[in-house]
Amino acid sequence: MALFDAVLELADDHLVLGHRLSEWCGHAPMLEEDLAMPNMALDLIGSARVLYDHAGKLEGSGRDEDALAYLRGERDYRNCLLVERENGDFAVTMLRQFYFAAFMEPYWQSALGSSDPVIAGVAGKAVKEMAYHIRHAGEWVVRLGDGTEQSAERMRDAVLDLHPYTAELFEEGAAEGVDALPSRAAVRPVWDATVSAVFAQAGLEVPKDAFPQTGGRSGIHGEALGHMLAEMQVLHREHPGAVW
Amino acid sequence: MANETPLWEVFIRPRNGLSHKHVGSLHAADEVLALNAARDVYTRRSEGTSIWVVRSSQIVASDPDQSEENFEPTGDKIYRHPTFYDIPEEVGHM
Repeated sequence: MALFDAVLELADDHLVLGHRLSEWCGHAPMLEEDLAMPNMALDLIGSARVLYDHAGKLEGSGRDEDALAYLRGERDYRNCLLVERENGDFAVTMLRQFYFAAFMEPYWQSALGSSDPVIAGVAGKAVKEMAYHIRHAGEWVVRLGDGTEQSAERMRDAVLDLHPYTAELFEEGAAEGVDALPSRAAVRPVWDATVSAVFAQAGLEVPKDAFPQTGGRSGIHGEALGHMLAEMQVLHREHPGAVW
Repeated sequence: MANETPLWEVFIRPRNGLSHKHVGSLHAADEVLALNAARDVYTRRSEGTSIWVVRSSQIVASDPDQSEENFEPTGDKIYRHPTFYDIPEEVGHM
């Protein structure tokens, strides 16, 4: 079941970050971003749905995408901690998106040739989406980091807040030894280069990984995830199978 | 806000072979963000294959007060419309 667990980790990353982004809908600082963030959320949730469906079939015990997304508790979620971090201000949200997309784009590039056709299929669609997320979020990191005194301060705070959660991206987790999925650790040099290039333009310094935070892959989450899941799951738990 | 994020006009080309067509406007700080925003706001339903953005302040428009002198003189020059020709059947739709 190593592949099931590994696909679940991927699916959880995408659903949790997609849900976080969707929380901005109706609250963004400007109309243009109020459309851009749900667009990105839908990219992530689209990938999550295919991955959950795939995981359910790999498991073979009849759980579908809804069962996996809505009927697992916090400790069963296997997302990395970065994606569950609260939205904070716009700087935090854009930096979180940039960090994640800068990781996923090269990850999906490596997954294009996966022996698992579903993974290769998701990769084919997701590389383009992640390339855009890097561009969109990266442009904001540059403009806020190299913007006004206040925007630069907020972006520096966002880096201090989120950077400790980036090391966990490169842990192999359940994918250790799974041939159908790329190595996460192997993505590190590309991620480092992407982040360094944008930070150089933004006038930001890349912090040392002094106190990396980890635990998401074994179900040890921060306080914020439980609150998020409660809100995300309440409708399905209250009205099982509800559709609209 | 308006100073930091001026108005841009957005033009989208729906398919190769067609012209860019004005679809609306948006606010953005600079041309790169304007292109991104245009992509996010105006191409969500596969409307386009190419985007142009132009600062609204760069557009020079005709004066509505001059519309009579600009446009009415053409009203009675029906001979400028190519409606006096018989199009041979074999030409088909033009």
